[in-house]
Amino acid sequence: MSTFSRRLLRWVIRCSIGACCASGVGAALAESAPGLGVALSEAELQATQVSIMPNGDGLPPGLGDAVAGQTVYQIRCMACHGEEGTGGINDRLVGGAGSLASSRPIKTVGSYWPYATTLFDYVRRAMPYQTPGALDDDEVYAVTAYLLYLNDIVGEHDAMSATTLPLVRMPNREGFVRVYPD
Amino acid sequence: MPNPLTPLSAAANGLMHRRLFLKAGAGLVGGSALLTAQPAAATRAAWMKAPGRPMSRYGAPSEYESSVGRIGFGVSQPGTTGSGASRTPLEYLNGVITPSGLHFERHHSGVPDIDPDQYQLLIHGLVERPLKFNLESLVRYPMVTRTQFLECSGNSRALLNRTAAPLGCGEIHGLVSASEWTGVPLSILLDEAGVTTQGRWLVAEGGDAAMMSRSVPLAKAFDDALVALYQNGERLRPENGYPARLFLPGYEGNMSIKWLRRIAVTARPAMTRDETSKYTDLQPDGTARMFTFDMAVKSVITSPSPGLVLHQPGLYQISGIAWSGRGKIARVEVSADSGKSWAEAALDEPVMSKCLTRFRAAWRWDGGPTSLMSRAIDEAGKVQPARAAYLEDNGPSTSYHCNMIQAWHVASNGDVTNVYV
Ligand code: HEC
Repeated sequence: MSTFSRRLLRWVIRCSIGACCASGVGAALAESAPGLGVALSEAELQATQVSIMPNGDGLPPGLGDAVAGQTVYQIRCMACHGEEGTGGINDRLVGGAGSLASSRPIKTVGSYWPYATTLFDYVRRAMPYQTPGALDDDEVYAVTAYLLYLNDIVGEHDAMSATTLPLVRMPNREGFVRVYPD
Repeated sequence: MPNPLTPLSAAANGLMHRRLFLKAGAGLVGGSALLTAQPAAATRAAWMKAPGRPMSRYGAPSEYESSVGRIGFGVSQPGTTGSGASRTPLEYLNGVITPSGLHFERHHSGVPDIDPDQYQLLIHGLVERPLKFNLESLVRYPMVTRTQFLECSGNSRALLNRTAAPLGCGEIHGLVSASEWTGVPLSILLDEAGVTTQGRWLVAEGGDAAMMSRSVPLAKAFDDALVALYQNGERLRPENGYPARLFLPGYEGNMSIKWLRRIAVTARPAMTRDETSKYTDLQPDGTARMFTFDMAVKSVITSPSPGLVLHQPGLYQISGIAWSGRGKIARVEVSADSGKSWAEAALDEPVMSKCLTRFRAAWRWDGGPTSLMSRAIDEAGKVQPARAAYLEDNGPSTSYHCNMIQAWHVASNGDVTNVYV
C-alpha cells in the first residue's frame, strides 16, 4: 500500500470512529511532510517517565506507607506546606472536607482531588519545588501515603504501590462534571 | 451588520455612530495639529542638529517608553521564584499584536534554559511508530502561520472580588495576549507516528522543572493545534516555550504546553494535577466543572482605562480589544452611560478567528461622571455577560473563565477607576 493510501485509510478510520478529523489545518500539507521522525528504541521507551493514569497505568514498582512518608514529608515538604499539610506558606494539602459547597471552600488533596494517582504523578514530576526529581519512587509512594493518611483516606500502615494506589477512592471522586465534549 | 435604525447619535451620553467615527476621527487629527505647538519651520530641534544614532543589532523600544513593561513580574509564590504570572500592560498598547517581550507569562516553575541542540520531542503511546524529533528536523516540516490570542483561564479573576479593587486594565485583564504563531500542524506529526484506533486524547508534557502536563482531546490536536516554533516572526521567546510549544487556538492558555517535550497518545485523559486540582471551576453546589477548554467571548476597553486621565471634556476615541475562543468577533457594543444604552463600535480589519479584535468608538465627553463599558458578541452568537449575570450563573467560588463586562468609571476630574455597576 502506498504511503498515501495508508494515510487515507487512517483518515477514514479516524473519521469513522469520530475521534478526530484530519480535515483540519494540517491535512493539505501532510503530503509534503518530510517524515524525519526517528523511531524510539525499546530502551528509550522504557526509560521514558510517563504520566500516571487514573487506572494506575504508568505507576512504577516500589512502595511506601504513611510512617515512612512522615519522615520524607518533614525533611522535604514541611518547610513550605506546613506541619501535617496545613498552615504552610504554600498550598494547603490537608483538610477542608465538606467545605466545597460553603461560602469558603477549602480545596485540598483530601477535599477536592478526584484521583489518588494524580498525587503520585504530580509529586514525582514537580515536588519538592526547589529540587524536583530528588525523591525516589519509594519516597514518592511514602509521601503520597502520608498525605492520604493525614486526610483520613488511608490507614497509617497501608502501603501505597502500583496495585494499591489506583484502588484508593478519593472522597470527591464524583464531584466533577465534564464539560468537554459538550 | 450595522443596524440601519440606529440614529446618528448612536447611544446616550456622547457616543457617536460608528459610521461617523471615521469622519470624526479625521476631524480630530486636523484639530489636534492646531493645538500642538510645533517648533517654527525655521528652528531645528536639538535632535535635528546632528546625525542620529547608528543602526543597531536588535532594536529596543524608545527610552521614553521605558515605563511600559509587564505587570507584576516580581511576585512568585511565597518562598519560591518562577511560580506566578506577569501581565501584558494592555492600556499602553494598540492594534492587536502583543510585542513578544510584553506577552503575558504564567509559569509553574520558572523559565527553563533549553539547549536547542539537545531538544527532543517524543511522540509515543497509542501510536504505530513511537518517534522522536529534533529541532533541526522540525523546522523542515511544512508550517502555517496564524495570528491568534492566548489567554490564561485565570484572567480577570479580580472581578470576582466582592468590592471593585483599585486596579488597572492590565492588572485585571493582562493575562491575554495575541501573537503571530508559526509552526508545524500537530496533525502532521501525529499522522507520521500513526495514531491507533484506540487513541482519543493526548497528554502533553513540558520541559520545565514542573514538567507541566495537560490532557488534550485528539480532535483538537487534529483540528488546529500547532507545534509553534516562531512568535511574531522570530523564534519563540524563552518565556513562551523556546524552542517549541504546543499552541491550541481558543483553548485556555495552560493547555498550550510550553517547552513541549513529550506527547503520549492515550485512550483517556490523565487527570493531571492541572486539570483536576487547578483549572476546574467550582460551582456553588460544591461540584466542579472540568475540561472547560474554550475561552468565552469577552472584551475590555483599554482606553480610557485607569491610569489614563482625561484632561478635559471633548472628543475621545474609546478603544479596546474583544476576543472569543469559539471563533470571530461578530460585534462589539459600547456604552457611555453605565450600560443604559449601547452603540455598535467599529472593528479594525481583518477580524480574525480566535484572535484579538480591536474596536473603536468616538465619544464626546461632557465632563460629567459616568461609566464606560463594552460588550462583545461572537459569531457563535454568545454574548458577554454582565457581572451580576455571570455571578448568578457561576457563583463566587469559580476562579477561572471570568468573562464578565468590565466597567470603568470616569470621574468629573477625568480619573478613571474600576467600578461595578
Ligand atoms: C520550596 C517550597 C516547597 C516545597 C519544599 C514543597 N513544595 Fe509542594 N508546592 C509548592 C508550591 C509553590 C506549589 C504550587 C505550585 C504551582 O501552583 O504550580 C506546591 C504545590 C504542591 C501540591 C499541589 C497542591 C494543590 O492543591 O494543587 C502538592 C500535592 C505538593 N506541593 C506536595 C509537596 C510535597 C509532597 C513536597 C515534598 C516532597 C513538597 N510539595 C515540597 C512549594 C513547595
